[in-house]
Amino acid sequence: MSDLFAGLPDDSATLARLRDRLAADAAADGVLDVAYRTVETPVGTLLLAATDRGLVRVAYPGQGHDAALAQLAELVSPRVLHAPRRLDAVARQLDEYFGRRRRVFDVPLDLRLAKGFRREVLDHLADIPYGTTESYSQVATAAGSPRAVRAVGTACATNPVPVVLPCHRVVRADGSSGQYAGGAAAKLALLSLEAA
Amino acid sequence: MAGHGISRFGAGARLRGVSVQPFDEVVARYGRMVLRVCRAVLGPDDAEDAWAETFLAALRAYPELPADANVEAWLVTIAHRKAIDATRSAARRPVVVGAVPDRPSVTGRPEDSDVDLWAAVAALPPKQRAAVAYHHLAGLPYAEIAAIVGGTTDAARRAAADGIRTLRATYRTGGEGHE
Repeated sequence: MSDLFAGLPDDSATLARLRDRLAADAAADGVLDVAYRTVETPVGTLLLAATDRGLVRVAYPGQGHDAALAQLAELVSPRVLHAPRRLDAVARQLDEYFGRRRRVFDVPLDLRLAKGFRREVLDHLADIPYGTTESYSQVATAAGSPRAVRAVGTACATNPVPVVLPCHRVVRADGSSGQYAGGAAAKLALLSLEAA
Repeated sequence: MAGHGISRFGAGARLRGVSVQPFDEVVARYGRMVLRVCRAVLGPDDAEDAWAETFLAALRAYPELPADANVEAWLVTIAHRKAIDATRSAARRPVVVGAVPDRPSVTGRPEDSDVDLWAAVAALPPKQRAAVAYHHLAGLPYAEIAAIVGGTTDAARRAAADGIRTLRATYRTGGEGHE
């Protein structure tokens, strides 16, 4: 680059404004296929992503936000933009949930990332009430395959929308909390939040 | 197929299972470069509209872009067409062009530090302005610039060299500049 252009300003503020404008223009034109934002919560910074159908992904820091966005680009659409507005409702409901002012999430979901039996398990998760738990084998029975206990574990581990679909309410038969997409500590934190 | 001559930017089709960069990363990585190119080619006043139109058009076409594409060249090509469109519509209305300054800005405000430079760039003939912007701001090789603006690789190289020579005469960076 010529030294003539060496002292150009950084333009960060202008670029931030232009990116907001692009997100709004893309939504208006129907080409905002995947909108995302992050939210700060007591269990860490969560990535939220939505299609025009609904919430498609919630990712914990340990799952890798970049990896989650790359997966969405590959499996849903590469038209991915930081566009907080589409996620305003779920962000507000998460804030209420962590503030103990909400027990049930009421946002449209897009569960296209989960297929077959995993999808059956997800459909059942919403029926486990706030503040209660079920064992993996109870969930297997409820999802129609009593012997698929390990598959229930896999379905919970790959839940595309943890917290909102409460796989944290699925625990071991001996009552210990077991593994979790967001890590064992996050699972305990959610269970004790709901027990309070 | 989207209408941005996408096939020129990479041979391979996008394969299933090949990782695809989210478009947001393209904006993060190239947004600043495209803004500078738009300022150089159109001037600061029209640059933001051109940036927004460039990235919206790129977003629309992005799923068709081959995985091995030269993303900079693809974005600059779209920006170049948006600039031609903007220049054509500007030609139908009166334009106020600022005088070329003979010394750097002294306002000391960072947001104004590049105003004089863009005014000097704006005074260049269009081919020189494009060649300077696409080589020195976007980093494209002259062969790629020739494919975008027309003409030969040598002509693109000469246009950029002539443009830089004129800028050195009309715009002083305050030091003994070397390319």
